[in-house]
Amino acid sequence: MSKCLGSSQELEQHKEKDLQLEELLAKYREQKGALIPVLQQAQEIYGYLPENVLRRIGQALNIPISKIYGVVTFYAQFHLKPRGKYVIRVCQGTACHVRGGSTVLKEIQNLLQIKAGETTPDLKFTLESVACLGACGLAPVMMVNDDTHGRLTKEAIAKILAQYK
Amino acid sequence: MTKIYICAGTGCTSSGSRKVANRLRSELASKDVKAEICVTGCHGFCEQGPIVIIEPADIFYCRVQEEDVEEIVDRTLLKGEIVEKLLYKDPLTQEPIKNYRDISFYKLQHRVVLGNCGHIDPEDIDDYLQKEGYAGLKKALTTMTREEVIAEVKKSGLRGRGGAGFPTGLKWEFAYKSPGPKKYVVCNADEGDPGAFMDRSILEGDPHAVIEGMAIAAYAIGADEGYIYVRAEYPLATERLRIAISQAEDKGYLGENIFGSGFNFTLHIKAGAGAFVCGEETALLMSIEGNRGMPRVRPPFPAVKGLWEKPTNINNVETYANVPVILRKGADWYSSIGTEKSKGTKVFALTGKVKNTGLAEVPMGITMRQIIFDIGEGIQNNKQFKAVQIGGPSGGCLPAELLDLPVDYDSLVQAGAMMGSGGLVVMDEDTCMVDVAKFFLNFTQSESCGKCTPCREGTKRMLEILTRITEGKGKMEDIDLLERLGKVIKSTALCGLGQTAPNPVLTTLKYFRNEYEAHIRDKKCPAGVCQALIKYEILADKCTGCTRCARNCPTNAISGKVKEPHVIDQEKCIKCGTCFEKCKFAAIIKG
Repeated sequence: MSKCLGSSQELEQHKEKDLQLEELLAKYREQKGALIPVLQQAQEIYGYLPENVLRRIGQALNIPISKIYGVVTFYAQFHLKPRGKYVIRVCQGTACHVRGGSTVLKEIQNLLQIKAGETTPDLKFTLESVACLGACGLAPVMMVNDDTHGRLTKEAIAKILAQYK
Repeated sequence: MTKIYICAGTGCTSSGSRKVANRLRSELASKDVKAEICVTGCHGFCEQGPIVIIEPADIFYCRVQEEDVEEIVDRTLLKGEIVEKLLYKDPLTQEPIKNYRDISFYKLQHRVVLGNCGHIDPEDIDDYLQKEGYAGLKKALTTMTREEVIAEVKKSGLRGRGGAGFPTGLKWEFAYKSPGPKKYVVCNADEGDPGAFMDRSILEGDPHAVIEGMAIAAYAIGADEGYIYVRAEYPLATERLRIAISQAEDKGYLGENIFGSGFNFTLHIKAGAGAFVCGEETALLMSIEGNRGMPRVRPPFPAVKGLWEKPTNINNVETYANVPVILRKGADWYSSIGTEKSKGTKVFALTGKVKNTGLAEVPMGITMRQIIFDIGEGIQNNKQFKAVQIGGPSGGCLPAELLDLPVDYDSLVQAGAMMGSGGLVVMDEDTCMVDVAKFFLNFTQSESCGKCTPCREGTKRMLEILTRITEGKGKMEDIDLLERLGKVIKSTALCGLGQTAPNPVLTTLKYFRNEYEAHIRDKKCPAGVCQALIKYEILADKCTGCTRCARNCPTNAISGKVKEPHVIDQEKCIKCGTCFEKCKFAAIIKG
């Protein structure tokens, strides 16, 4: 019974998302250079970019799917696979590198048992390494979703991750 | 009335400045203290954040936490006392300093572009207007012709702050002379160099200065539409820009018939999608148009054929932010700062192993030594200075011998580096220069868009060679090979990214060749960074046989009896360094 309820709820959520996508496409249909903002906002709706969504965008904006695939795979921001609720971005920029950024990454990989670019099986965390977050004064740095955490030490990391449930 | 400035730049926010501001608001309300709170952009001294400045008493508090707020209200605001533990302490004398202008980090700075950052609320246009905001635009629109604006910017000597340092006025003139009814201005806010964050701080701390600069440029070249291309990684900067644009529209500084001059200008924000190469101007335009951000051959330059094939002027954030003050105070005032060929100031992001990290705006021509040892107050933990990396992945590593080099466009290029966006990453004796070169190559290699062969294949081969060297498998011929490859890539790659990618390798080869040789010939990493070349050993005379190392070794590579010296089996050792960290008797050495 409860399982049934769950799936009908999921169905509702899907419908809701598809509606949002249609609104988005209606808004951008006539604009030039719309593809990237549309992809960004579609990814915000779905959490990632599933193939059927890309096909729908292509149809609506009259852009071949091959070109859309080319754009999606060019930019680091776009994802073709589901992502975790919290995205951890560990800075591997120069300032962080000389202040131990790679130790930070290793520690998180250890704690979560995933590698950079992967997502935990419970879809809670996605781990990424990025080139520079522009918070070099606080090196080493990482971001969890939109929160920046600086002056990281091996010990601090577990505590920070525990805040995200 | 007392005014309290709380920094809410990215650095201070992550150190907890929002909590400080909230607590301050509730404390002031509950104790009925009259004071105005101004939440500002970045002060530049991110290391010491969260930063709180109280005026008119001019008190500078640093590393302020939520718990400190009550004391600040009770003692400073109500009794006029100073909370000494929150003052900045001189690292040499440990003397507390009350006024931030007396702190060596700020003393040598000349803040033109960052003048408003930390002193205005970036989310309130009235604050900007009080600092003569939009006066430059008004002057241009109501008293000057387009040609006069271009002539003024040319005369000021302003050069592009994002890369090669092309004269800004000249760039504008090209776009102005390109025929056509439709033109664009574009702001490159795709600040991607690792180690640079001045553009982010300007956008977060003084967004209207960039908007005003763009509007002046648009008037000068004859454009009526503009785009700001902001990195996806900068959510706060994007949000502040959004607010600033809508406030400027409401007040009539953007939109139609600005200052009754008949000049129209609309401004859009485009969020980048995460590709370093989009900092290259033609790639950036491709990205705005919704394509893969790949550069194209120039000419035609964007001034002739830019966004949607229309004449386009592109400058970066810091360049545009310099423009309003040039119009307001005049080219003569501006060009009195700096050197003969590099005018004005430059904002540097000082980071790495230096004591004071943060943003430093200095007149062009100041020496590297002044920036690192006076403003930055030298190297952390009493270590030796080894090199400074300037200009990000396109720049180079300069050694101690060049510390007295004046920092301007031309001297840096001569030394094999470049100004770039102005990232300065300071490195100490514990930094391995081969590892640093490998780090940058790894970066450019993974950010290479793949369009041209020299960059796509060449950087990959260089990276392979460097990796080999750091693993102790290098050959002496590899040094020549690296040099040859580097020169070829420099002269044949399509865009700036590829043409400058070999710089970190070529400069480290030039100034730190002995480190390469040590890796290759002696199979040693002098700085003790490259893992494959490190060897851990136990000193028998210091080892007490406590077994701590053996118990913690993940591969059981350490053996020995209790209370007797232990030994490491080098065959089994994976060089993780655990034993080195765990030993309480300094009996394990790394070499």
